[in-house]
Amino acid sequence: MNTNSQTEVIKDSSMLLQKTMIAENYDELTNTEETGKKISATFVPGNLNELVMCFDMLNNLPEINAINNGMRKKSGAMVMQAEKQGHSEDVCTYVKADIGSMSRGNLAPNGKPMPSPDLLLLSYTGCFTFMKWFELLRHEYGCETAMLHVPYEGDGVVTQNMRDYVVKQLKEVVIPALEKVSGVKFDIDRLRENLRNSARAEDDFVWVLESAKNKPSPIDAYFGGVYYIGPIFTAFRGTDKAVEYYQLLRKEIEQRITEGKGPITPEGDMQDERYRLVVEGPPNWTNFREFWKMFYEDGAVVVASTYTKVGGVYDLGFRHDPDNPIETLADYCLGCYTNRNLSQRVDMLENYVNDYQADGLLINSIKSCNSFSAGQLLMMQEVEKRTGKPGAFIETDLVDPRYFSAANVKNRLESYFQMIEQKRQGIRSAA
Amino acid sequence: MSTAEITARCKSLYDDLDFTSARAWKNADPERKVIGYMPVYVPREIIHAAGMLPLGILGGGDQMEVIHGDAYYQSYICRIPRSTIELGLTKKLDFVDGMLFPSICDVIRNLSGMWQLMFPDSYVRYFDVPQNYDDNIGGKYYIEELRELLSGLEKLGGKPITDAALRESIAVYNENRRLINAVYDFRAEQPSKAPSVEVYLLMRAGMVLPVEEHNELLNDYLAAAAVEERPVRDNCRIVINGAFCEQPPLNLIRSIEMAGCYIVDDDYMLINRWLLDEVSVEGDPLARLADAFLHFSADSAAKYCDRAQDVGQYLLSTVKKTGAEGVIFTAPSFCDPALLERPMLADRMDEHNVPHISFKYAENSGQMQPIREQAGTFADSIKLWS
Repeated sequence: MNTNSQTEVIKDSSMLLQKTMIAENYDELTNTEETGKKISATFVPGNLNELVMCFDMLNNLPEINAINNGMRKKSGAMVMQAEKQGHSEDVCTYVKADIGSMSRGNLAPNGKPMPSPDLLLLSYTGCFTFMKWFELLRHEYGCETAMLHVPYEGDGVVTQNMRDYVVKQLKEVVIPALEKVSGVKFDIDRLRENLRNSARAEDDFVWVLESAKNKPSPIDAYFGGVYYIGPIFTAFRGTDKAVEYYQLLRKEIEQRITEGKGPITPEGDMQDERYRLVVEGPPNWTNFREFWKMFYEDGAVVVASTYTKVGGVYDLGFRHDPDNPIETLADYCLGCYTNRNLSQRVDMLENYVNDYQADGLLINSIKSCNSFSAGQLLMMQEVEKRTGKPGAFIETDLVDPRYFSAANVKNRLESYFQMIEQKRQGIRSAA
Repeated sequence: MSTAEITARCKSLYDDLDFTSARAWKNADPERKVIGYMPVYVPREIIHAAGMLPLGILGGGDQMEVIHGDAYYQSYICRIPRSTIELGLTKKLDFVDGMLFPSICDVIRNLSGMWQLMFPDSYVRYFDVPQNYDDNIGGKYYIEELRELLSGLEKLGGKPITDAALRESIAVYNENRRLINAVYDFRAEQPSKAPSVEVYLLMRAGMVLPVEEHNELLNDYLAAAAVEERPVRDNCRIVINGAFCEQPPLNLIRSIEMAGCYIVDDDYMLINRWLLDEVSVEGDPLARLADAFLHFSADSAAKYCDRAQDVGQYLLSTVKKTGAEGVIFTAPSFCDPALLERPMLADRMDEHNVPHISFKYAENSGQMQPIREQAGTFADSIKLWS
């Protein structure tokens, strides 16, 4: 690794391409007054981008805006602004960053004001807060709202009744609302084409995720993974651009494997892979680079993560299916990570630890996110019991900098790495 | 029976974290089964029709020390799941044959998965309800969900649940709802005659008693309270909102009243009043239950409000109907649904000049002085300036 102090972050070409794509998307979103395009606001889990595009509408994701504001150190003030307006300190900071941003001019990362959405497409997938978040946004914007209620996989299965319910809502609620707001008639063949693109990108995306089974891993599947999920989780799934992005990314990773390289980090290629971890939970965004550095400077690489599955669990085999265009959207929504019950989540983590030959499970428990966090301590115990590998638990938040304590996180991580070393020594002594 | 005797009985049921009365009910017949449920709504009629006892689990209150439960939750998660885990791990629920976890929030939803992992021999169901209220969409989905619940209970009980049994159960719960509404109406009319702690304990008894027995108790209370003379205080009239899941300690309810606020409506144990109208006993009973849920059910933060103009209207109509002079938003700490919804409800109250205050609690809150002061100041401000 390049240990020189650097101000310039080192990025692969796929990262640069992604940066350009996201910037262009923000330019499109903030230019609708000229283009006349309509905007649909929606969420990452249950994101129906392929469908939204059928109506020439743009997809704006409040979570992504909050993440952007978090990474640019702007979210703290927004969260506090929302709290001043009467929002509780106890609730999700994505919501408060979003509400607080409105009071501060709702500026996109390009510095231009973000137009109000024409439609709030509430895909209630795997997170209760989404439902109230959109009620709050409707309260602010007063615009059209379409609700897609996605039942939770409480028993770990998707029943025909659940699937039928989602399909019916798509046909009778969501599509008519999109037609009404956009003035564009629904064309199922256009949807099929978008879905075909999605499936192509998903194949390459899964290949990239699974490349972490190599030793050393050519990717970091959590911090790096955040970049890799960008296009497929946001406004690009179903586009040619996303297909090109994942082809480029795959080539890059293939090259890394050929050259025996570890993952890219902001300070260059990681040289010495000492610890292979599976991580559960979203990252902290306000101190993202500092957080990442605590891992790579100790040679810890994340080989699999659950956060990279919130927008679709493709590595378990799901692909958008152009032959069943509406049903596949239902299956996609029903299968997102946080819509799965705890047993399924524990099974996934157990398999990740085993399949990716990880040293253990680290949980980054997020104060804001009960959907992820409630039950994580039991999940950790279960995974430890089943795999025999040590687990560790740290606590941060999404976009509220008040809940990121660098010293505490670092202490816990260092203790965890020592624990892994001791475990290894124990195994060597026993052998 | 006098109100004091009724209240004493209800208090002993409330204090009994071993659920002795429910255990006794079960022990009376080896075929009997008990199904626990958490807030905010499950169709108890189906459990009753299966010959089983629906048992409301509302956490451990302020008398139970949570030791094991805290090991399963981070500090930023509310208390009801940790005390419920404590009840499970300390075997206080070892006689319960199944648990239902309704769709209320992510914490209770995930608790269903924890229960599956921790108590694998128990019947566990996450009970989802539709957030789409169209008969043809959400209605069809819900009827099938009810059928799945029914079929799970049939399997557990080893016998079919007939439509006739369902209709009888619906009728018994219709009577229960009628009596509960009568108690609430009585309190709204003459709050001095029905102190909120008494009403609370009476409603709470319905969580653990067979519904028929609860109906008798409600009748007895109505008769006794009507004739009992009590001092009339110069209190203002307020509605409590936000306490539909984790319950406040009794002292908090008492403190609000002592501070000068008659509680004329509340959303404690909303399950008792979730269905707003009588459920028809004609036709397909599951369809009738679905119909009631979709079109005649109470509002709460656990539900999606499909029309912007309807947000807060249920609360506003309660304020108007009961002649309340203000609203106290009192939610458990870290309660996502209640705390997320509160700003919208507060705005609606402001639009209609309904004064309101808010504070948070936990089921084991012990320090009441700040709450008494806040509620007292609120009562004074209403009396002096409203």
